[in-house]
This record gives sequence, structure tokens and C-alpha cells, in this order.
Amino acid sequence: MDPFTKIILLMLNAILCNNFVLSRFLGICPFLGVSKKVDTAIGMGLAVTFVMALASLFCYFAQMLLDSLNIGYMQTIAYILVIAGLVQFVEMVLQKTSPSLYTALGVYLPLITTNCAVLGVTILNFDEGYNLLESVLNGVGGALGFTLAIVLMAGITERLELSKIPTPLKGFPIGLITAGLMSIAFLGFSGLIK
Amino acid sequence: MANEKPKLTSVFFNGIISENPTFRLVLGTCPTLAVTTAASNAIGMGAAATFVLVGSNLVISLLRKFIPDKVRIPAFIVVIAAFVTIVQLMMKAFLPDLDKALGLFIPLIVVNCIILARAEAFASKNGPMASVVDGIGMGVGFTLALLVIASIREILGNGTIFDIPILGTAYEPALIMILAPGGFITYGVLLAIFNKLTANTAKKEA
Repeated sequence: MDPFTKIILLMLNAILCNNFVLSRFLGICPFLGVSKKVDTAIGMGLAVTFVMALASLFCYFAQMLLDSLNIGYMQTIAYILVIAGLVQFVEMVLQKTSPSLYTALGVYLPLITTNCAVLGVTILNFDEGYNLLESVLNGVGGALGFTLAIVLMAGITERLELSKIPTPLKGFPIGLITAGLMSIAFLGFSGLIK
Repeated sequence: MANEKPKLTSVFFNGIISENPTFRLVLGTCPTLAVTTAASNAIGMGAAATFVLVGSNLVISLLRKFIPDKVRIPAFIVVIAAFVTIVQLMMKAFLPDLDKALGLFIPLIVVNCIILARAEAFASKNGPMASVVDGIGMGVGFTLALLVIASIREILGNGTIFDIPILGTAYEPALIMILAPGGFITYGVLLAIFNKLTANTAKKEA
């Protein structure tokens, strides 16, 4: 398989077949909590994409450092510190260089630290034994899949607001059931890559 | 907690019913959905999360006067990550099968919102004793909720409970319940039932 095909397959796999939200159950909290409006969902998605790509890159180097020091068991602690630091750093850089983007994303940035999709992708990269390029692509692909899911969900939620829903189902329950139906739809992609 | 010294029993039951992390607060949804494919996985996850909750609540409560307010969230996360690492290593050593079944979601206990939420909302404001009890209560509440969801999914999706067949050979397992959609839908329906029940009791009390 030539490298280009491999890259395409890796991305498709992360976006559609193994969608982070709908089939791997990563990043459900922001998926249910934030996706109320399409605009904010896109903003959140972009912020997560940025952080996930950087996190994949930096955690790859962090892992190299851990391996060279022979303290692989510190992986979880090291990764979460890298991610927390990264989020803080991105926040500061955006504030200085692009205040408009900062105000647009501002609220979501601190939330990303506890988004399990970010820590999840870095650990998955390690478990799957991806190299540097594959790790970053998996990070970007996973984040794009996350963005796709929350933007779709936001579109549906906007319509749900206008419809009559039985009181006990309002809020999270109907959101979860909607996610279940979306997940069934995404199961259809699973035959795409063998 | 308005009063200075909350009653320990009420703190304990608070986590199981009135502030059940899964059904009332809707926190920690990712592991809830991911590990509830079998009842035994649910117990394993619940036990791991309870251990981390109790440990981190205790340590954070003891350190609450020393941690500066500005860096408290990173400090909490480091404490939690340390306990998660302990669980990870213990599980790899003593329960390798369970470790494989839960996989990615053991390290992800670090970002489980229940644990950080309890650290922030309870342990950083209360004494060590109450914090430990709160950790146990929340942990038991989380475990029970996982067990309910997992039992439904395992019975319908596999015809078994704790790997023991109970529905007989005539039952055709509905595979979808074990797959991702079954998790979302089961959780959604249970949440709706829980909402309905609590709304009814609230009406009676009023």
C-alpha cells in the first residue's frame, strides 16, 4: 500500500468508521453539553482539532522522553500535564495574536483539558504504535470526526428545541437517544474499510 | 452543603440517590457508555473509579488549606492522575483480563468529570472524613448505575448476565444492544424513567 492511500484510510477510519464520539465514546460530555447551536459547535470543534493535533505531536515526544528515562508508568500523569500545559499555552498565544478568535473560542478552551477525546487520542496513538506522522493524522482525523458529530448534533438540537417532547425526555435523555440513532447511521460506515 | 458539618449518612446517600452522578448529574458519560457492555466490566470500572474517588477526595481534602486557589485545578488533576496510575498498575498485575476489557478507559478515569467535580465541589471544602464518605457514596452510586445499564445491555444483547446464560437458547440476542447505539439508547431511556420517577416523588412531597 502506498503511503498516500494509507494516510487517506487512516483519516477515513478516524472520521467515519471509528468516529470518536459515536463509536468510541470519547468526548461525550462536550458532545451533549455544548452542541446547542451550530456556530458554537463549529468553534468548539476547531479548538479541539487544534489541541488534539498539537497534543498528538507533543505526547509523542513526551513518550520518547519517558522511554529514554525508563519511566513508562508515568505515562498518564505526563500526558495529562502536557495537555493541560498545551491548553494553557494555546489560550495565551491566541489571546496575544488573535483576540477575535480568542473571544470566539475563549469559553471552550479551558474545557478541552478535561475532554477525554484529547487524552484518549494520545493514549490510542501509543497503544496502536503509530509513528509521528500517523499520530498527528489520527489526532486531526479524530478531531474532525468529533467536529462532524457535534455539528450534526447541534443541527438536530436546534430543531428539537422547537418540537414537542414529553417532559421526562427533555434535555439529556432525548439527546442520548438522538445520539443512539446517529450512531446506528454511522455503523453503516463500518464496512468502508477492511 | 450549607451547614458546617454535614451528616455522614446523608452525605453517603446523597451520592447514591439524590445526586447520583450518572442519573442526576449526568457526569462521566464516556465510561458509562463504553464499559457497560457486560455486567462484570461495569463492576470493575465502578470499583476502579470508587478507589480513585476515595483516594483523591481524601488527599485533596487533607491538602485543601495548602493548595493555592489559582493552581487548584492542575493540582487536583495531578493527585487524581497519581491514583489512576496506581489503579492501572494494580489492574495490570492482578486482573489482566479486566484490564484488557476496559483498556483505554482506565487511564481515562483521570478526565472523568465525576472525580474532578467532587474534588472541586466537596473535597476542597470539607474535612477528610466527610470527603471519604462522599467518595464512597458517589462511587457506589456510579457503580450501581453502571451495573443497571450493563445488566440491561448484557441480557438483551447477549442473553447472559455475568456470563451466565439466562434467557435460554430460543432467545436471539439483539447485537445492537452491545454495540454503541444500544449504549446511547439504554442510557437515554433509563434517564427518562429516572426523571419521571423523581418528578413524581417531588410532586407527592410538595
